[in-house]
Amino acid sequence: MADAAKKLPNIVINEKFCKGCSICVDFCPTDVLEMKGTCVAVKNLEACTRCQLCDLRCPDFAIQVFG
Amino acid sequence: MSVPAEKKEKVSVPFDYNKYLRPNKLPHIWCPGCGHGIVLKAMLRAIDKTGFDKNDICVISGIGCSSRTPGYVDFNTMHTLHGRALSFATGVKFANPKLKVIVVTGDGDALAIGGNHFIHTCRRNIDLTVLVFTNATYGMTGGQYSPTTPMGSQATTSRYGSIEPPFDACEMAKASGASFVARGTAYHTLELEKTIHEAIMHKGTSVVDIIDACPTYFGRANKFKSATHMMEVIEKDNTVNVKQADKLPPEKLEGKFLRGVLHKIEKPEYCEQYESIVMEKAKAK
Repeated sequence: MADAAKKLPNIVINEKFCKGCSICVDFCPTDVLEMKGTCVAVKNLEACTRCQLCDLRCPDFAIQVFG
Repeated sequence: MSVPAEKKEKVSVPFDYNKYLRPNKLPHIWCPGCGHGIVLKAMLRAIDKTGFDKNDICVISGIGCSSRTPGYVDFNTMHTLHGRALSFATGVKFANPKLKVIVVTGDGDALAIGGNHFIHTCRRNIDLTVLVFTNATYGMTGGQYSPTTPMGSQATTSRYGSIEPPFDACEMAKASGASFVARGTAYHTLELEKTIHEAIMHKGTSVVDIIDACPTYFGRANKFKSATHMMEVIEKDNTVNVKQADKLPPEKLEGKFLRGVLHKIEKPEYCEQYESIVMEKAKAK
């Protein structure tokens, strides 16, 4: 019940800015992200802890975690 | 009625970089995985923390990959001659001492071509913040070895490994008379943000040597698998925080760079001294 009410974060990816370096995928501590071709995509949003490491280490201003 | 603690959820509010960027200039030209973007973000967060107005800040750079930074940030900016960013910055600071001047420069720009300017800026202790992006290569011109390339590393101009001993930018800044010397890495980005903030707030020449990775030239030539691999080997495993270093045995510190604030002293600042002479002479008249 509590899990169903849990609010999920909103990971916003700017696909035009992403260069596919995979830094965010490799450093995500809970394995939320994956590479889809040359762009990052969300694989498992439930596991996201909002640590923002993807945002902090993204060199291209391409990913941010809201909510 | 008080809200139960378990109902309070962690809410993520990301930093709004757009207020300091020129959106029409993005995406930037840096290669996939280049550490310069990470350092730029840390710099913007540090500037935001200082609370200065955008018009009170001037970002100046020379030539090189790192020196593209002023093109993307919405402050007063100057993109100047190769190695001469510090000379231009000295002029800007001297003409308007109220400005907070930040110099963004690469290792080749600051230590090779501009080595002389670097030494004399530190000697004068003029109130500038110098961010040296150390990626151990000349990325823009095709991956030649730079003054910070470690011995034995491959570059397009050292196919059998570099035989030149590298510079330590922090030791040089300290020896030349800079009053604030620190080192950070792109991997430890929150620590870097704090270090840059402290450097901007310090009165006097503050030099921050920032180790970041060039996956395109340095990485490929030295058989690194990816940008992540470079960050882990060069930035994470090869550096130790200065606060932890005292507790570690000397053999564990061998060949490693120290991170954090390495040197901080109070010294007379150049612009203030000049102003005091002007005031003194004006009174005498």
